This record gives sequence, structure tokens and C-alpha cells, in this order.
Amino acid sequence: MIPADEEALLPAYVRRILAGGYRSLNPLTKATLAAVSAIVAFGVRGWTGPAVVLAVVLSSALVAGVLRRMAPFALATLPLVASILLVNTFLYPNAHDVIANLGPLSPTWTGATAALQATLRVVAFGLSAALFALTTPIDDLLGELERRGVGRRGSFIVGSALGAIPRTVERAREVVDAQRSRGMDTEGRLWRRFRGLVPLIGPVLFGALAEVEERTMALEARAFTAPGRRTILRALPDSGWQRAARWLLLVGSIAAVVVSLAGVVKLP
Amino acid sequence: MPGAGLVLAGVGYRYAGASAAALVSIDLRLEPGRVVGLAGANESGKSTLCLVVAGLAPGVIGGRLDGSVRVDGVETKAMRPHELAQRCGLLFQNAATQLSGTTSTVFEEIAFGPCNLGLPGAEVVSRVWWALRAAGIEPLAPRDPARLSGGQAQLVALASVLALRPGYLVLDEPTSELDPAGTRLVADALARIARETGAGILVVEHKTDVLAQIADEVVVLERGAVALSGPAAATLADPRLLALGVEPPAAVRLERAVRASGIEWSQALAEAIG
Repeated sequence: MIPADEEALLPAYVRRILAGGYRSLNPLTKATLAAVSAIVAFGVRGWTGPAVVLAVVLSSALVAGVLRRMAPFALATLPLVASILLVNTFLYPNAHDVIANLGPLSPTWTGATAALQATLRVVAFGLSAALFALTTPIDDLLGELERRGVGRRGSFIVGSALGAIPRTVERAREVVDAQRSRGMDTEGRLWRRFRGLVPLIGPVLFGALAEVEERTMALEARAFTAPGRRTILRALPDSGWQRAARWLLLVGSIAAVVVSLAGVVKLP
Repeated sequence: MPGAGLVLAGVGYRYAGASAAALVSIDLRLEPGRVVGLAGANESGKSTLCLVVAGLAPGVIGGRLDGSVRVDGVETKAMRPHELAQRCGLLFQNAATQLSGTTSTVFEEIAFGPCNLGLPGAEVVSRVWWALRAAGIEPLAPRDPARLSGGQAQLVALASVLALRPGYLVLDEPTSELDPAGTRLVADALARIARETGAGILVVEHKTDVLAQIADEVVVLERGAVALSGPAAATLADPRLLALGVEPPAAVRLERAVRASGIEWSQALAEAIG
């Protein structure tokens, strides 16, 4: 990390401190919040765990100004949510409180309740991950990991994996467009859409592999394998209370799960 | 032996597992401040030569290298990739894969290489501004590298290589994915870099108009060997060029067309056409 007098040489857009209560938190604090959200959403029984997580995540997103941008992430959970709802509502084992008889299928109140609860857990977790991704620039996360002693290879793998997602989606879109221009039908029924996915696999996979080789060489050409510690241009804000909060959150969430599973406190 | 240039002597290269050699007995010299253009048909060995000169072949991708590649008197075989990157920078065709993909601004993207070297912050900042100026892209410094045009991204990739302050630059088709405006941007930047920084530049280029504009010498490869070489103007006007899979520059084609139509070609006419 460079000294304060050298950091002053950096342009303001590099020294940027993210504005807003949630955004300005250290990336590790935000990562801890995301991890704790997952622990509580899936570990605490009943409605309380996922409901609390969802409330905290949505209010944090509102404060950070990213509430609207989380909509696509919520939509991305739809396939999983749909399967959870269908399987639990119609096939919940040993449930007899039937809502209605629909031919051979008998949805139950117990199954529907379990399905809604599981849905709430998935959505709460998905949105907490989205909140982290939308409020934490990749380079901030990498810089912080390196500052904490994670090797540059390790931290770069994390960063480039996150960065590769939009590139892969973009390439998949290009391949779909190319297949359509050659007459392949990728619209309409589910089976047609699924068939349209098959020719995607080869080009996207091989394209990604070729890109990895080029990227490796490009990194070598930019001295990525030089020995010693990298220079970290700017320090990200961290404080005693954030460090304490990270530990408290982790310990607190694990304790909440233990208490919930042991049935010491009855939660709705 | 500083100032000795980038010298290839009897260089041959075979990819790992390949039955045929990709390069055969290449002799080539690049002096500081000079621009050498490299042309040839597809599969003639141009990109392979770039990898060999930059030490990535066989250093990173394996294979077998014969002969000698020296940068200012030092064998590239004796250098590690990060040491070589500071002597001989390599720019690939595709700027998108050359950028790290992990930075929020062009300034930080260009700082990526100097930061890898662990240089003091003040030195990193000074190098970044120098590279931005050399590539003529200072106004791009605050921009997001993922939201640049093709020409701009290629110039950012070029500045990223320059920030390592290499004495020589190897550029593998830097304008291949660019439109005419982007090509002009990159060609102007290369001419300025050679003139102002004293770097020696080896540039692979299909667009011979670009070579005519910036190169001092041109080397044409065929099946991994040197088929033609010499001063740019003479080599680009060589009648054998087309048979080697290289289209002559527009000025040369125009001169031939004028002569073929029976009009006398004169220096005054050439200057009038520009």
C-alpha cells in the first residue's frame, strides 16, 4: 500500500471513496454481511431468519441506491423458485392437509408453507449476493484481499472469475445470434429453447478456453508473475468498529443458528 | 551490451507437438527508435515470431527454439517473463483479452503492470501519466476500460505495455479489429511513440498503408522464413509482394494503374496525388 503523501498524487477518480453508508463499508465487511446473510437465511428455522435477512438486505439496497438494479437478480432465481414451489406444494411427504384435489395431484397446506419458506430463503440469499456484487467494485475486493495477504494469483482468480461472467454471457448471446442467422429456432416451446442451447456449449466453452490462453500470455507480458508484493494504490476505509462488527456478525449468526436448531428459543 | 538492439540470429521455432517448424532461420535486427513492419499471408509465422521475440515462446507456451534472440545483448532465454516484459513489450490483436478486466478506470488499468513490479506509488503514478501522454489518451484516464471503443481499447492496451517502459515494442496486428478511424488513431500513436520515446517497434500489419506511413523497414514472411526485406518504400513496391499474399499500399497500386494506362508517372504527379 502506498504512503498517504503518494496517495495524494492519485487523481480523485482513483482515490474515490464510495459514498453512502453501505457502499462506503470495507469490501470485507460487505462480504461478511453476505456470508452471514446466507448462514442466517438457510440456518435459522422458521420465517424469522430469511425474513430478517430480506428486510436488512432490502433496506441496505435502498440506502445504497441499488434497489431497482436488484430486480434482474431476483428474476434470476425464478427457475429455482418455481421448481421449489411445485415440488414442495404437490409432493411434500407425509402431508395430509390437502388444499384441493386436482386429478392425480393434491397440493397441501404444509407443502405450500414449506415452499414459501424455502423460496424466501433462496430470494433472501440471492439478493444479499446481488447487493454485494452491485456495491463492491472487483478491484476494491482484490486490493483488500491482497492487503490481507492473499497471493496475487488467488485474488486475481477471484476477480477474473467474477469478471468473466458478463463476458461469457455476451459471447453466448453472440453465438445464439449466429445460430439464429443460420436458421436455428431458439424461440417458442421449452424443448425448442433447450435444443437451441446445445450448439451453444461448444463455441462458448472453446472460446472461453482460447481466451484463457490469450489472457495468460497477456498477463505475463504485463509482469504479473514478478516476485514480491504488488503496489496497492489506495487504502480502503476500515476501522476498529468494522473489524469488531465482522467478528460479532459471524459469531452472532452461528450462535443464532445453534439456538434455533436446538429449539432454545421458539421463533415464528 | 546496452544499445545493441533486438537481434534475432538464425531463429527457428517449432510448437510443442508440431511436426513442422513455424519459423525457419530468421535473421532480423530492430534498432531503438526504428519501426520494422512485418507482413505476410496468414499462417506465414508472423504471430509466432512476435511470441518468440517477446520470450513467450517457448518461455510460457513451450516448444523448441533454435538460434538466438537477444535484447540489448541479453539472451531472452536467460530472462524471466517479468524481466523480459520490461525490455520488450508485447501487444496482442485483441485488446479485450489484454486488459486485466479487474479495474474501474483506464488510469488503474495502465497502473496494473507497474503495480505488479511493486514500484513505489509515486513512480507508478508518474509512469501512468507518461504512458497516457505517449499514447495520446490522457482524456480517457477516468473512463471505465470495459466501455471503450475498439480503437480506444487498443490504445489503452498499448499504454499499459508502455507503462513497463520497455525499450522495444512488439505489436501483433494492432489495427486488425479496428475501423479506419481507429486504425488512424493507433498508427498516429505508434509513429509518435517511435519518434518521442526512442522505442524500437516491430509491428505485424496486414494494412500496408499503415506500414507505408510508419515503418522504416519491412520484412515479409513466407512459410516461416524471410522472403523479402529492406527499406519500407522499396519492399512495399516490390512486384513479388502480391504473390506472397500481401497487398501493396494504395499509392503503389495507383502508380501501377497509372503506368498501365499509359500515363507517364512523375514525382510531381505522385506529390499531387499525395
